[in-house]
Amino acid sequence: MLGYTLKQLSEALQKKEFSSAELTQFYLDRIQKYDGEIAAYNFVNENVLTQAKAVDERRAKGEALPAYAGIPMALKDLIIQKDMPATCSSRILEGFVPPFQGTAAQLLEDAGFLCLGKLSMDEFAMGSSNETAYYKKTKNPWDTTRVPGGSSGGSAAAVAAGLTTFALGSDTGGSIRQPASLCGITGMKPTYGRVSRFGLIAFASSLDQIGPMTATIQDNAAVLSVIGKYDKKDSTSLDVAQEDYTKYLTGDVKGMKIGVPREYFAEGITAEVRECVNNAIKAYEAMGCEIVDISMPHTEYAVATYYIIATAEASSNLGRYDGIRFGYRAEADSLKDMFYETRSQGFGDEVKRRIMLGTYVLSAGYYDAYYIKAQKVRTLIKQDFVDAFEKVDAIICPTSPTTAFKAGEKMSDPLQMYLSDINTISLNLYGGCGLSMPCGFGSDGMPIGVQLLGKYFDEGRLYNLAYAFEQQAKLPVMPEKLK
Amino acid sequence: MKKMSYEPVIGLEVHVQMATDSKIFCTCSNKFGSEPNTNVCPVCLGMPGVLPVLNEKVVEYTVKAGLALNCQIRTKSVFARKNYFYPDLPKAYQISQYELPICEHGYIDIELEDGTQKRIGITRIHIEEDAGKLNHEDGYSLVDLNRTGTPLMEIVSEPDLRSAEEAKAYLTKLKTILEYVEVSDCNMEEGSMRCDANVSIRPDSNAPFGTRAEIKNVNSFRNVERAIKHEQKRQEKVLSEGGKVVQETRLFNADTGTTASMRGKEDAHDYRYFPDPDLVPIVLEDKFINDLKEWMPELPDAKRARFISEYGLPGIDADFLVSVKAYAEYFEQAVKAHNNPKGVCNWVMGELMRRLNDKQCTIFEAGITPEHLAEVVKLIDEGKISGNIAKQVFDESAETGKKPSAIVEEKGLVQNSNEDELENIVRQVLEANPAETERFKNGEAKLQGFFMGQIMKASKGKANPGIVAPILKKLTS
Ligand SMILES: [Zn+2]
Repeated sequence: MLGYTLKQLSEALQKKEFSSAELTQFYLDRIQKYDGEIAAYNFVNENVLTQAKAVDERRAKGEALPAYAGIPMALKDLIIQKDMPATCSSRILEGFVPPFQGTAAQLLEDAGFLCLGKLSMDEFAMGSSNETAYYKKTKNPWDTTRVPGGSSGGSAAAVAAGLTTFALGSDTGGSIRQPASLCGITGMKPTYGRVSRFGLIAFASSLDQIGPMTATIQDNAAVLSVIGKYDKKDSTSLDVAQEDYTKYLTGDVKGMKIGVPREYFAEGITAEVRECVNNAIKAYEAMGCEIVDISMPHTEYAVATYYIIATAEASSNLGRYDGIRFGYRAEADSLKDMFYETRSQGFGDEVKRRIMLGTYVLSAGYYDAYYIKAQKVRTLIKQDFVDAFEKVDAIICPTSPTTAFKAGEKMSDPLQMYLSDINTISLNLYGGCGLSMPCGFGSDGMPIGVQLLGKYFDEGRLYNLAYAFEQQAKLPVMPEKLK
Repeated sequence: MKKMSYEPVIGLEVHVQMATDSKIFCTCSNKFGSEPNTNVCPVCLGMPGVLPVLNEKVVEYTVKAGLALNCQIRTKSVFARKNYFYPDLPKAYQISQYELPICEHGYIDIELEDGTQKRIGITRIHIEEDAGKLNHEDGYSLVDLNRTGTPLMEIVSEPDLRSAEEAKAYLTKLKTILEYVEVSDCNMEEGSMRCDANVSIRPDSNAPFGTRAEIKNVNSFRNVERAIKHEQKRQEKVLSEGGKVVQETRLFNADTGTTASMRGKEDAHDYRYFPDPDLVPIVLEDKFINDLKEWMPELPDAKRARFISEYGLPGIDADFLVSVKAYAEYFEQAVKAHNNPKGVCNWVMGELMRRLNDKQCTIFEAGITPEHLAEVVKLIDEGKISGNIAKQVFDESAETGKKPSAIVEEKGLVQNSNEDELENIVRQVLEANPAETERFKNGEAKLQGFFMGQIMKASKGKANPGIVAPILKKLTS
């Protein structure tokens, strides 16, 4: 069952090669066996096997079932699945079980998927290594002394280690693409407004987007086809038609223009990452694509701009964790002290750092100098993309400047950590789509990822390009020892 | 030494609860008075992962109010977050409008005591959501979030008001206009209209504005007047003792009629406003605004002018009728049934209002239809019943819903205008009261009333006074 695509699993279940219960048990066994070391799951759904058996019964009765009926999957722990804990890997959400269903989870459920559980992440999606998680600091399946990346580190590791068929993650500044790159899988950050944010616990509302993290391009396209649907419950969801992205997987990319932005190959990118990505570019050239050198002049301001906008929004979004209505509450004698103690004890250092930064940039007297200025720069960065997409169909660049680093290596230096998202952040400021897929391995044996960036709602083209490369490269998607 | 006199400068911020069926960002009921925490959902509870979706009715209502208050309507306005911690504020921010409110630069004309008109500027009207409510009991504070997400419009005036009386006139006018465009029931007891008053004083009208104090959440017209008057006196006292008025928020205590400091400058709030990334800008099409302009009902000022010119009513009567939209509607329906505007108006202002007070009901619940009231007036005008009988007929029609003409017929209440019969009755009364007759003949004019009363009694109230009076005069001269 390992190594099957979703399409193959669906067919096998329909042909009754194995049952949903067997498939689900297979994943539960793997979680049992490997998750002690990988530490990807914050929560495993005890009812999933019962749910799988119910699907099998319905199938036995000959009921018409949705395409993916009985296939298990898992969710990053900030994506709300009704009646399952949603912790954001934060102590402050200890015990919080949402009484309502999120849209992405609902769409997956409607397509027949079963939820295996919730996956660890950096606390409130703030981090690039999964080390800010309060409950479980996930390890990289390729080398457990290394980080899986973040913030969707649990999702990336679970997919890479075969502890789920696929996972949903969320990407605010690269949180799907960077861990996908570090764990050797495929991650897509869809266009802002493509996937409903209703049921996504917010980090930075104008940047966050849910996306699929999968072993293959085909699975990725299949999952986005399910969750990429307009939703009235999210005002920022855009009313464009749902698409079947698998139809883009033709292998034919002839005549496509791919831009190579020089600013994305700047300092900090290791030689082997650079070389590996350059090989991918050569592969596209060989497939008949036209490679165009381009410039995106405002790239150097992206990290600073991002940290102003994202922390401003986060400081506001995280105000609701006050100990009054849900989650962790500290004991104290007065209301003010209760607020103070709850937030002091409930949030980790990185979250506090960002709340303070965000509060500062929004405060009277600094608002114009920071927040307004950042919004203006954001417009310039968007314009870079608009200009680039007048010349090319897609942009190619390294996802992460390095392969997965050792756990603890960058924890004491937040700025160093922030720079690991240097190539992913700009896209979130623009709002387009971006996909990371494996393109080789470093001398340390760790996966290297290449990134394809596209304009608004151009996910289909990215899948087309990615699939063509994947078919040629034929890279292993899982460490040998975990097979 | 001559006592220094000061001029107050007052601006009002009025929060009006909109009478929509559902809340501003979710589909929960907007009904007042439900069991605590029953009209709530994950969205208005501010649970993690939820998103607001704007109720379009709220925009419609605010634009209606803006048009009625002579505002410019902004075709692109945005929502902002106002961040602060409070136990009844679930998200720790209030969604409001800050830099780009939906309506701006309007005005209301109010009438001053000397009869002149004064124009009060409206700075802005913006949309925002209400917070919840804390109930303090037995050492606990219980949070009721039914009210969170109730749509409010905040109507901010220019500091154009110069007395507590002007403030009251402004509020009264504002309430009337909002009722006319049906955007709120403006019920102050239920909190659907709340007022913050910014008050400062200065030595004369050319002096720059003084330091102002903000008096929060005053909940009746009378209390707004009291609070402003008290605040004015307090500030005068501070200045006359050589002190300085400090900028602060004060609370009005309705029991003592005084204001007290709520928070000082040291914990002044920095709300960290920024555009709410969860909500897209409100973009209004010209057609939307034009349709609402078309819809606009006749507003109080226009109606008042028309009532004076079309019906020949005195200004004071017109004021009364237009003060409540339903009064004006009732009046016009009645006049349509019987064209005696002044007569109808007198009956609306007199008997009908008395009944509303007694029954504590609305005008259309009073039991007497405009057509029936019109018929009562018509019966008087035709000389069929006397004013006294008319009151009896009015009450009975209101109680039973019967036609007044039917009641008059059924009970034989038609007025007696037969001169011979009436002369007989007058003779009998004069004969029964010889002493009074003598005094009356000798010029004691005040006995006129006594005799009329006796004649009415003898005729069981049916004597037509217009005919009786000359007969009485003839027989006693
Ligand atoms: Zn609600």
